[in-house]
Amino acid sequence: MEFFRFNRDIPFMSWRRQGAIISLITFILSVFFIATKGLNLGVDFTGGTVLEVSYTQTADLGKIRSILVDLEMSDASVQNFGSSREVLIRLPIKPAVSSAQLSEIVLNALKQADSSVEMRRVEFVGPQVGAELLENGALALLFVSLGIVAYLALRFEWKFGIAGIIANLHDVVIIVGCFAFFQWEFSLTVLAAVLAILGYSVNESVVIFDRIRENFRKHRRASITQVIDNAITQTMSRTIITHGSTQMVVIAMLLFGGEVLYYFSLALTIGILFGIYSSIMVGSSIIMLLGVKREDLVKLEKKPLENDGAVV
Amino acid sequence: MNRYALWKYLIIAVSLLLGLLYTLPNFYGESPAVQISSLRVSANVDTTLLQRVEDALKKASIETVGILLEADSIKARFADTDIQIKAKDLLESTLGKEYIVALNLLPNSPEWLTNLGALPMYLGLDLRGGVHFMLAVDMEGALDKSLDRYSADIRSTLRENKIPYTGLEKQEKKLILKFRDTEARAKAETELKSNYPDLGLIEKEADNRYHLIAAIKPEAQVRMQDAAVMQNITTLRNRVNELGVAEPIIQKAGADRVIVQLPGVQDTAKAKDILGRTATLEIRMVDDEHDLDAAIRGKIPFGTELYEERGGGPILVKKQVLLTGERITDAQPGFDKDNQPAVHINLDNSGSRIFKQLTRENVGKRMAILLIEKNQTEVVTAPVIREEIGGGRVQISGRMTSREARDVALLLRAGALAAPMDIIEERTVGPSLGADNIARGYNSTLYGFFAVAFFVIIYYTAFGVISVIALALNILLLVGLLSIMQATLTLPGMAALALTVGMAIDANVLINERIRDELRAGASPQLSIHAGYERAFGTILDSNITTLIAGIALFAFGSGPVKGFAVVLCLGILTSVFTATFVSRGMVNLMYGSRRRLDHVPIGKIWIPKNSLDSDKAISHEEDETNEDITVSGKVRINEQKKVKIQAKASSPVETIADTNNIIDDAKIRPDEKAITKIKSKRKKSDVKQPKQQ
Repeated sequence: MEFFRFNRDIPFMSWRRQGAIISLITFILSVFFIATKGLNLGVDFTGGTVLEVSYTQTADLGKIRSILVDLEMSDASVQNFGSSREVLIRLPIKPAVSSAQLSEIVLNALKQADSSVEMRRVEFVGPQVGAELLENGALALLFVSLGIVAYLALRFEWKFGIAGIIANLHDVVIIVGCFAFFQWEFSLTVLAAVLAILGYSVNESVVIFDRIRENFRKHRRASITQVIDNAITQTMSRTIITHGSTQMVVIAMLLFGGEVLYYFSLALTIGILFGIYSSIMVGSSIIMLLGVKREDLVKLEKKPLENDGAVV
Repeated sequence: MNRYALWKYLIIAVSLLLGLLYTLPNFYGESPAVQISSLRVSANVDTTLLQRVEDALKKASIETVGILLEADSIKARFADTDIQIKAKDLLESTLGKEYIVALNLLPNSPEWLTNLGALPMYLGLDLRGGVHFMLAVDMEGALDKSLDRYSADIRSTLRENKIPYTGLEKQEKKLILKFRDTEARAKAETELKSNYPDLGLIEKEADNRYHLIAAIKPEAQVRMQDAAVMQNITTLRNRVNELGVAEPIIQKAGADRVIVQLPGVQDTAKAKDILGRTATLEIRMVDDEHDLDAAIRGKIPFGTELYEERGGGPILVKKQVLLTGERITDAQPGFDKDNQPAVHINLDNSGSRIFKQLTRENVGKRMAILLIEKNQTEVVTAPVIREEIGGGRVQISGRMTSREARDVALLLRAGALAAPMDIIEERTVGPSLGADNIARGYNSTLYGFFAVAFFVIIYYTAFGVISVIALALNILLLVGLLSIMQATLTLPGMAALALTVGMAIDANVLINERIRDELRAGASPQLSIHAGYERAFGTILDSNITTLIAGIALFAFGSGPVKGFAVVLCLGILTSVFTATFVSRGMVNLMYGSRRRLDHVPIGKIWIPKNSLDSDKAISHEEDETNEDITVSGKVRINEQKKVKIQAKASSPVETIADTNNIIDDAKIRPDEKAITKIKSKRKKSDVKQPKQQ
């Protein structure tokens, strides 16, 4: 069985202009939504208290809200979580009340109203911790980006490093943009997914870059466009199958992973889908834009035998 | 050519055996148990206690599945949780306060596995339920408190030495002493310098007054902070012991933070209460005049209280508090001049003054040191005062073993928190959610695996089966590795496990696609397999290293759950490179490598472009040179190519092939696999012919 039967190279690079337009539009839209709507940051980053409780019957959200209003917590948000029997209550940070006690007060009040309520999860994050987690997240993003640029620059050439990281940061911005647009909750696990995607979809660019280098060696008189088109077409089958496999697992997580893994796998899904597009269209277009030359890679061939099984 | 040396197979076999061995304990599950450990150093956990436990259980006819004595605890297993709780209540009442009796879950894995050190993975709080707290020590508050103490002490020092001063005020982290003349100030400065080495002193003149500014030195602040955190940890550990948690984790995190994890604890309110409580120490006088027996019978004399002495009988204590624990600066176990175990206590300045007076007036009487925690008062010790004690150095000795001395010192030190603490992070997971989370993580991995396996087997047939086996072995090795490391498995960790399944197949897809490429190009089956593996390896390495970079960053900057994700992700990458390349190659070699005539690679039907040369049309006219290119690559610079080309053209095809051989040899294809190079050269020949046919 073979899915991809290309008789000739697909002229991806001739669609560069259209690709650039699509990328720019999605990128600008993402930045626009991040700037205007902002991210719906989870309790990990903002600080505050999250309570997950479950009832034996369908939970009466109105009643829960009125209980909270009685407790002078009208700024709490109450919503169903997963099923109609499970309720998620978010409480912002209150400077007056000792934060750790807040959840106890609420739980006791809920228990008085309905003894069938069961505590599933309490998360309290103090404001200082939230700020730290946000800072560490940003640092991790920076570290991964620089690490990848450095690795690609070392392994290929600086143009490839730049192209690879732009293609992938483009994915990251779009994931974050989707989270801003739909106001999905951006939590610590989503951040982990974003960083994992950053590392994962660089694979894609690496595989294509590997082929480009190989083609530069094999076909000396071919134009750069031909070399790139050929490299993408050759690796197309692998790209789709690999991403498809990963996506299958992510779908399993989306379906069976529960609410905690839901947004995690959602971020992965967006990342995987855009990863395919960006590694084909964005990464390769940028190395063309940066004016990659055969000599950029061929000069590396002075010592082609080092740790390199890909090139024979 | 596609053969592995025996040692390679041995490596594979040994690693898989180890993986299996250490993964195994995770499948046995856990059984309810009760864990008994000693609360105090003086209470031994030994065979006598084991006998007591066995007798008690036998008497109440509670059946155990097994009891085992470990280094510092006794663990008894039970058939179900009802019996477990019954046994816990029974043991708690029989053994008394000296021991902690806690509910626990013990792995069911057979003993021979446990003896090998094969233990199941430790489940994180989000999977087994429990409480996680992060507490921050309020250092500002602690410094403030100690400045208050200093200001009182300085006052009394100045008074004792009759140094005139006009004022002493506290201003944001420093004390300002005011003097009328420089003489008094100089005198005060020398006096303070010798008495308080931790204070930095600066002279300053303002408004015709001579000021002396005292601030705690930075290095002393750091020392105080460390000591405060350590003392708080000791205190917390003592308190957590009361909760009866089987495996509490209490550790320092960063400069001023403490993490407390209590697996299995459901009553968070009680946990928070106990962690946040403040204990106080009091020194009072023992009432020996009144009749103790009458008091025990209920007639407690006015102005006294009846308490229990630790390790002793009841004792009558006067209500008047003479000194509180706040005045104790340090307590250490040691020995007195008769070489008897003793506890050495240091009091601060005003504490020692009070103590001096108190001992002078009460020589020959007994004083009691009381620990008050949560409305529970206990007399820690009640020594006889032998003489007047000045200088703030107190020694408590007599009637105690060195173990007890250590206990008392610890209690005196740890009775109260050194600095106030705030809970800055809390994560509580109920037991039902924990069980749900295990199911979620497990199902995601399982169904994800099946989906991938199904697809890959259909797409690549026999090679797909090999890929899927490699993938399964990857999970086996990964879980085995995590078990060996005794890593904590969390829900994000399980997500990473699932993700590893999806990402690890990438390596096998790369290999299989390469093999197909080679077959499509007309290579022989054996050669295609060989070249597929060889050529894909570099790409596999590249693509995994980038993911590894992300994983390392997540580990370095992530906290808690994200760290768990990162650990599994990084290890998964390492094991997947091993299984996808080395192990799957081993399987392929074992199955196909020995066949002399393999005329078909079972990797699914391969579609060959009808006008196969068309696909390379743009480039095809260069095919001649392609070979030369390979010939010269790595040896000749570009500007020399022309010359070489001419040479190559001039030489016969056979020579070109010979050159190719050299290069391929250089390209680290193993010398013992000359067969490949031969086949390869054949292929090159056919490649050379192609354009001519066209």
